[in-house]
Amino acid sequence: MLGSVRPVAALSLATVCVLALAACGSSGGGTSTDTSTAASSASTGQSLAGQTVTVYSGQHEQTVKALAADFEKRTGVKVELRSGDEAELANQILQEGKASPADVFYAENPPALTVLEEQGLLAPVQPDTLKSVPAEDSSPKGDWVGVSARTAAFLAAEGKGADTAPPASVRDLAKPEWKGRLGIAPSETDFAPIVTRMIKTDGADAARQWLLGLKANAKSYGSNEDLSAAINSGEVEGGVIDHYYFYRLRDEKTTAQTHSKLHYFAKSDPGALIDVSGAGALKSGKHQQAAQAFLGYLASAPAQTLIATSESYEYPLVAGVKAKAELPVLDTIGSVASVADLGDGKEALQLLQDTGLLA
Amino acid sequence: MTGPARTLPAGRSPLLRWRAAGRLPVLPLLAFAVVAVVASPLVFVGVQAAQSGWDQAQRLLGRPLIATLLWNTATLAAAVTAATAVLGFGAAYLVERTDLPGRRWWTVALTLPLAVPEFVRGYSWVSLFSSVRGYWGAVLVMTCSLYPLVFLPVAATLRRADSAAEEVSRSLGRGPLATLWRVTLPLTRTALAGGALLVSLYLLGEYGAFAMLRFTTFATAIFTQYKLGFDAASAALLTLVLVALALLLVLLEAGTSRRGRVARRGTAGRRAAPVRLGLWRLPVLVALTALVGTALGVPLYALGYWLVRGSSTTLPSASVFSAALTTLGYAATAALVATAAAVPVALYAWRRATRLARTAERAAYLTRALPGIAVALSVVHFAIRYAQPMYQQPPLLVAGYVILFFPLALTAVRAALAQVPPGVEEVARSLGTRPLAVLLRVTLPLVLPGLGAAAAMVALTASTELTATLLLRPTGTQTLATQFWVYTSGLAYGAAAPYAALMVAMSVPPVLLLTRRTLGPNPRTETNR
Repeated sequence: MLGSVRPVAALSLATVCVLALAACGSSGGGTSTDTSTAASSASTGQSLAGQTVTVYSGQHEQTVKALAADFEKRTGVKVELRSGDEAELANQILQEGKASPADVFYAENPPALTVLEEQGLLAPVQPDTLKSVPAEDSSPKGDWVGVSARTAAFLAAEGKGADTAPPASVRDLAKPEWKGRLGIAPSETDFAPIVTRMIKTDGADAARQWLLGLKANAKSYGSNEDLSAAINSGEVEGGVIDHYYFYRLRDEKTTAQTHSKLHYFAKSDPGALIDVSGAGALKSGKHQQAAQAFLGYLASAPAQTLIATSESYEYPLVAGVKAKAELPVLDTIGSVASVADLGDGKEALQLLQDTGLLA
Repeated sequence: MTGPARTLPAGRSPLLRWRAAGRLPVLPLLAFAVVAVVASPLVFVGVQAAQSGWDQAQRLLGRPLIATLLWNTATLAAAVTAATAVLGFGAAYLVERTDLPGRRWWTVALTLPLAVPEFVRGYSWVSLFSSVRGYWGAVLVMTCSLYPLVFLPVAATLRRADSAAEEVSRSLGRGPLATLWRVTLPLTRTALAGGALLVSLYLLGEYGAFAMLRFTTFATAIFTQYKLGFDAASAALLTLVLVALALLLVLLEAGTSRRGRVARRGTAGRRAAPVRLGLWRLPVLVALTALVGTALGVPLYALGYWLVRGSSTTLPSASVFSAALTTLGYAATAALVATAAAVPVALYAWRRATRLARTAERAAYLTRALPGIAVALSVVHFAIRYAQPMYQQPPLLVAGYVILFFPLALTAVRAALAQVPPGVEEVARSLGTRPLAVLLRVTLPLVLPGLGAAAAMVALTASTELTATLLLRPTGTQTLATQFWVYTSGLAYGAAAPYAALMVAMSVPPVLLLTRRTLGPNPRTETNR
């Protein structure tokens, strides 16, 4: 009995390992073989074709994949795409330091980029690239460029009070009449910019009072996805969320199963916030020229058109490229969250922690 | 029941003995090397924490919220550990010691919840039952997900345990319940305590599922520092609190298993005639069905619902199958390496019951309490400095899995070794067999079910791992877990479902294979009757 089973088990396990590791090897290989050729062609200013650029991306993977494929086709530069959570990737780059294999970091929110900028890890973006998007959408220091935008909005469960009489201002949500009706996702990177904006417009004390009111009124959810699902199912009446969660939810659930509606705050309201996603090149990257070319591509009309038509429902930033027709025009919604104000997000984080909204 | 051969060498300094033998102390060196690698994230956390200022420590730990979070963590760990111990032991007893019909399939079904990705565990409950939230929701979901960590080592132990003591107990007139309590339970103490330790340590560092259940624990505070603060130093500072808690738990477990050891006398353990369930058969079947239905049924129902109702789809797609193959390769390799690495550590502590050996063994557990992101960043930190050519290559991801899941393998191997009669190796050696041959031909065959359980636990858990996979994988590598994440984070649940379903389905053959020796009626039982 003992002898009969063991060899079979051991052999089959070993076979599985060898087979599958061979598969891993083939998919993982070829990542680090191109360094020398790339560097030489970069220094002589030859065509970029044949080079490789490693992109760490915290953005919607399907869209970035499409962008990478299009970039490869246009330039002949191979894109090694590493997708992950933007915060985890930023932490990874911080640990990697100068030895980082990353050439480009494409983030969902400015603070992740600002943290790297403050550590001196980002290289300046080429002026031409910066010029193609509005100046307010990129780093004031010019170390990363804005690529796309999304807006904060109020998602309401259809037919509920929050839908029939939506709040005109994000400030209203701290009022007692909203008690027990709201949901928030304070641990998401999208929420902190609203707090920053409140600190700038109303002052730290008012922002603190506002957060305390919000805390008393709202159920706290772990993620934007959880929050939008909770609103859609009527678990809570409404909550502040980035606009695209609604459209992505609707696409998945089909219109028949979508029981929520998007409302926007008044244009001058602190809640009428436009948040940008951006990308920067790592100073330590071994493929500087290819990295700059990729940034240039992201801020070009073809890439922006891809973003605008993709299922991620983001707004393009380059003039002349139109967002999806069903999205309201960006300028009518609100104003861009000031990158300088956002900083690395620590001020908002501390207030969120002090008020107990965040652990 | 300490064997005479064990107490004898412990009296002299191990160093003296090695020198006298004129050989390199291979086993201790191997054991310490493994522990050094597995415990390296603790060093990382310590070094990082030292970079955070005292002011920051006071600000973060001085908040009133921290006490609440610690209370949440402690009460949750206590309740879930108790519940998983009862369920895991009960299920193992039913499968291994009774005439339960279809035991082989029950073992597989009872193990499979380990192969359900964490996200599905949380999300399925939340989307199907709006009342499953907060403390009790977390207790329910975590109990359903984690009891296999107790079930597997206990079942493996029972399978190999000599039934003589149980038979004697019954022949002396004790009823099955009294025998269960006074004889069978103590027999599985190492496995049970080890499994319970794994569960409680895991709960300390767990975050994702709790966030979905709207329950905050101490680990939530750590994630805030990583996610919104980009502040590994402060995160590490908070993580030290978890390490302290983990140390407490490890010492507690050491206390329970120090109370003497149970080993059988003969190497050929016989199985008792199974306990007849009689009238209990139906209630027991109902109870097991309820357990599997809850732990496995709910997530599978949610997956099925997504497959049918989600408007996004990825079927049929080649990427599903290549991702499955990649996952299989990494999970199997990690299982082999982790199990192989667990052998010297467990063997060293088992052979020499010295304080040093036991400390090394226990230190290997502490890493289990760290949040996955801390372990992954630690591997990044060390690999890019000291093993640059391996960085973002396949071996690094395997190393990450091994470091994360080594305690699982160690628990199963330890529990199996605890059953081996103390003098058996010495006897074999005194008969002229060389040490390595003793290991291969005597010791390892005796602990085979434990090795199988170890590999199964590591493989299943690794196949659903996400955080370390995202950070450590070779660029471009896709596993089932990463693909699942890509789609769920875009709210495309229909497209995500096939990946998760495949994770569960793929786990059936390895579980069958690896637990084969812990399953089904042993032919010897029949001949012994």
